[in-house]
Amino acid sequence: MNVMDTRATSAMLYLDGVHVSFDGFHAINNLSLTLEPGEMRAIIGPNGAGKTTMMDIITGKTKPDEGTVLFDGVTDLTRLDETRIAELGIGRKFQKPTVFESQTVQDNLLLALNVDHSVKGTLFWRGSKDESERIDRVLETIRLTDARNRLAGSLSHGQKQWLEIGMLLAQDPKLLLVDEPVAGMTDVETHLTAELLKEINKTHTVMVVEHDMTFVRELGVKVTCLHEGTVLAEGTIDQVSANERVIEVYLGR
Amino acid sequence: MTPHMLTRSLDRGATIFLAVVAACGILIPLSNLLLPAGSFLQVPTYLVALWGKYVCYAILALSIDLIWGYCGILSLGHGAFFSLGGYAMGMYLMRQIGSRGVYGNPILPDFMVFLNYSKLPWYWQGFDMFWFAALMVLVVPGLLAFCFGWLAFRSRVTGVYLSIITQAMTYALLLAFFRNDFGFGGNNGLTDFKDILGFNVQAEGTRAALFALSCLALIASFLICRSVVSSKLGKVLIAIRDAESRSRFLGYRVESYKLFVFTLSACMAGVAGALYVPQVGIINPSEFAPGNSIEAVIWVAVGGRGTLVGAALGAVVVNYAKTVFTSGMLAPYWLFMLGAMFILVTLLLPKGIVGTFNAWWDSSKEKRAAATTASAAAEDGITEPRMAE
Amino acid sequence: MPANLSARFCSLLLSLFLIAFALPAFAGPFEDAVAKFANDDFSDTDEAIGAVASSGNKLAFPIISALQDGRLMADPDSKKVYVTGADGKSIDAATGESVASVPDSASAVRLNNRLRRSVDAAIGSLTLQSPDVGTRLQAAQSVFKSHDETALEAVDGALAKETNKSVKAALGDARAAILLFKPDTAEVEKLEAVATIKARGDQEALALLTGMGDQPASVTKAAASAIGSIQSSLAVWSTVQNAWYGLSLGSVLLLAAIGLAITFGVMGVINMAHGEMVMIGAYVTFVVQDVIRTRYPGLFDYSLLIAVPLAFIVAGALGVLIERSIIRFLYGRPLETLLATWGLSLVLQQAVRTMFGPTNREVGNPSWMSGAFELGQITITYNRLWILVFTLAVFVILLAMLRYTALGLEMRAVTQNRRMAASMGIATSRVDALTFGLGSGIAGIAGVALSQIDNVSPNLGQSYIIDSFMVVVFGGVGNLWGTLVGAFTLGIANKFLEPVAGAVLGKIAILVLIILFIQKRPRGLFALKGRAVEA
Repeated sequence: MNVMDTRATSAMLYLDGVHVSFDGFHAINNLSLTLEPGEMRAIIGPNGAGKTTMMDIITGKTKPDEGTVLFDGVTDLTRLDETRIAELGIGRKFQKPTVFESQTVQDNLLLALNVDHSVKGTLFWRGSKDESERIDRVLETIRLTDARNRLAGSLSHGQKQWLEIGMLLAQDPKLLLVDEPVAGMTDVETHLTAELLKEINKTHTVMVVEHDMTFVRELGVKVTCLHEGTVLAEGTIDQVSANERVIEVYLGR
Repeated sequence: MTPHMLTRSLDRGATIFLAVVAACGILIPLSNLLLPAGSFLQVPTYLVALWGKYVCYAILALSIDLIWGYCGILSLGHGAFFSLGGYAMGMYLMRQIGSRGVYGNPILPDFMVFLNYSKLPWYWQGFDMFWFAALMVLVVPGLLAFCFGWLAFRSRVTGVYLSIITQAMTYALLLAFFRNDFGFGGNNGLTDFKDILGFNVQAEGTRAALFALSCLALIASFLICRSVVSSKLGKVLIAIRDAESRSRFLGYRVESYKLFVFTLSACMAGVAGALYVPQVGIINPSEFAPGNSIEAVIWVAVGGRGTLVGAALGAVVVNYAKTVFTSGMLAPYWLFMLGAMFILVTLLLPKGIVGTFNAWWDSSKEKRAAATTASAAAEDGITEPRMAE
Repeated sequence: MPANLSARFCSLLLSLFLIAFALPAFAGPFEDAVAKFANDDFSDTDEAIGAVASSGNKLAFPIISALQDGRLMADPDSKKVYVTGADGKSIDAATGESVASVPDSASAVRLNNRLRRSVDAAIGSLTLQSPDVGTRLQAAQSVFKSHDETALEAVDGALAKETNKSVKAALGDARAAILLFKPDTAEVEKLEAVATIKARGDQEALALLTGMGDQPASVTKAAASAIGSIQSSLAVWSTVQNAWYGLSLGSVLLLAAIGLAITFGVMGVINMAHGEMVMIGAYVTFVVQDVIRTRYPGLFDYSLLIAVPLAFIVAGALGVLIERSIIRFLYGRPLETLLATWGLSLVLQQAVRTMFGPTNREVGNPSWMSGAFELGQITITYNRLWILVFTLAVFVILLAMLRYTALGLEMRAVTQNRRMAASMGIATSRVDALTFGLGSGIAGIAGVALSQIDNVSPNLGQSYIIDSFMVVVFGGVGNLWGTLVGAFTLGIANKFLEPVAGAVLGKIAILVLIILFIQKRPRGLFALKGRAVEA
């Protein structure tokens, strides 16, 4: 127990013995996982392995039936709602790109900036130089400077994925949860995204859920394989892909 | 509001709109009062009252557009806030009748004497003072909206569920106000008003002043809505409308935002109701009927939701049509037309009149711009690939 | 003239008929008694009433009731007495022969209050022997209420002859009531009477016992305990009564809401014109009955059986038409659907108003749905009972349909996960159209049932729409059991709140409670959980 406690306090994200069921279906089953500060972790697993549900739990969308979810060593995430968790510094990119389609790229980033998010703050908001510089930097990082005044809805699929990552950057959270960032991207875009995530990882803790093995390999980070809501294997991509059970359930050999 | 916010919020359409409203607010009363009756340019008093009613409806439409067009909250109970504002004003007007009522009771309105009230109910206290009534016009609808919204938004009641319970809310109020023992005149409501702030409500001068005041209120409501939707808060509202849960994950407290606009909107609806009552001379429980609230929503849809000018325009256009068609031989067909309007606007004109016009204007502007670039490019002898968009 | 001839023929027949009945009257004493009415003396009249009432003559009832209504005319000169009918025809009271006209010298036999009581009692005892069971029962009840001791003899007489069980019981109660109030009854008999009345146990028994005045101590004591026990049993019965009213209201709500639950559950579509489908079903019933009345009057009892499938087809077809022409263009835009269907409801209402007029149309109850029966202390009307049975039958059929038919399977699949269902090869657009048709069709047959208890007018649907929504929202979407529980909960809660808070406040309270309930459980009582709901 003692060892666990120290791990808990030092970890950026600490999940232990988490259970969730929907109408008798066990979506998450005794899930335990630890993410150290500054780490990037890839999560793989077949469909229905509980990857998205796990993200729902971390971001407060779903409440676990039992188990511990600690952020930054101390904060119990199971008691908080999405807004509070986002304010604490957990950002999330969805599986299906969700940007504010009827607003411009620039406004999307403006909305994501981690400044005063209260009603009063936004009602009397006036742009500052610092804010616009930050937006410019993000636009450059995600290569959308030229599209800044276009409506987000008019972007291509890959651009939307990047805009969403850009929104995460603007949000500047301590922990980024990235759900299938390269789904539907070309090889070049996939490569660029991997580079982008590695860049982001220099200053942020990142958790990436992805199916694309080439992409995961390119990230070159520790991999966790989920199956039926529990951790099946953990290690480097080579270790995990050599694991008999992983091959059985996931790689489908 | 800072001047900065105001200037930012004015584009060309808004400026034209404000100019037209201001012109009406000044010219119509002047023409009514100064020109001889029957002269070609003189606006008869009945028209002043009628148009005053439209202006109040336009304010109601703005308040609905603010929450529906910009935040995606479809309230089917905004008529309740409108009526509550109206009742607050009606109560003031009732108290002003004093001993001139049929029963001559200096304190109790006629219907209370008729129903054997021995003294004024506590919730009628203070309504003899205009400032108090005016405050209540804002506070009562605002408070109801705040309590209702606090419960609903915190529990994340959204979409059609919210629409249905707002409808249930106004229906419950309808039933309550129909009761005699509720203390608001039962199904007769409040009427037979004599004067407002010492002026006879029937007098031409008062009617003209009320019209001008309504226009002023419309301008003020428009400016408030404008500065709200063009602030960063407006962007957050649209974000919530388009992707509510995404906004939560960005750290916005969605329920606070919704509560803010919902309450603001209810207060505006209350003001609209308060201006409406002295101009039509009566307020009764049928104003709470769910059908009225839905009808107000269609004004916004016709004009163009998400465009403030459109909401106000829609209210005037639909109500003008209603006046024209319900008074002539087409009267039996009005409900067919209204019904068809609901169906056709949602199916064929989802952006409404102003929204469709804006879209057409923007695209034609783009085309003109593209044409200019193309011709310039042709002159330079360079062929450029057309933009994909 | 032929008209005159036929009138004469009729009166001839009538006379023959009356003579046939009046045969025993030739005995004499009856005629003498009748003649006393002509004396214009109150005590003679009283004697005459007693004699006529106990004569057993068939004319006794017409005479006494004519006396009561001031239609008994007496000629002081000829001592002849006539009964004038409401139609102006008159008969000789003694013989029953019809007379052409009553002499001008005849005037109505006068009554005073004492005589009126005698008349009432006489009528009571006369009707106690009526050949009609219903009349006898009513007479016994009225004697029970009046507990006039002059009726005792008649009650005893009737009791001896009575064969019908319920009339016999009523007569027994009436006898007990008389004995209890008769000052010279023996104490033992009074105690027996109290016991009999206690066994009756209804509101009237309670009124009788509380108003019985001075009595021997033992009787008062027995009465007090009887009052206590009646009161507690009445409280139980009033609960049962409320529960029954609640079930009845619940069945109506369920019937109105069930189609809505299907369309909302499967398609996520709020159909504001649902109430108008109900209204159209009611008008189909009206049209069916209208045709039957004018062409095949004998089929009237079957009118509802004919209307149910017709209403289902008409409303269902209209539903499919609406889905194909409006709703399907608005999927994924629930708020717009709501507005468009509201517009549709206005059009449908106005269309019906144009075709059938704005006023209520007459829809009758077939004989098997009219009337009521007593169950303990409560009255159950057949139409309410049939509607409850019908609703449950519709519910069971629907449930079976969802479970065992291909369409049902597809509908459930679409409810749970539309996208997945589509990718499994289910033609979701066909399912949508059929679902909408089914929901509308059920609304149509709900209209048939509601036409039996509500006014059939273009506004019929509007009065149900908000309540139906409340049921669906309360019960939870995508689960018919939720709708069932929701409807009966709301129905019963409404009826239990009504006596406490009044009908309107009760309804307001229910609305407020639902609004608060939605805060707690935004998805209703029986909500689907999991990721599919969010999608």
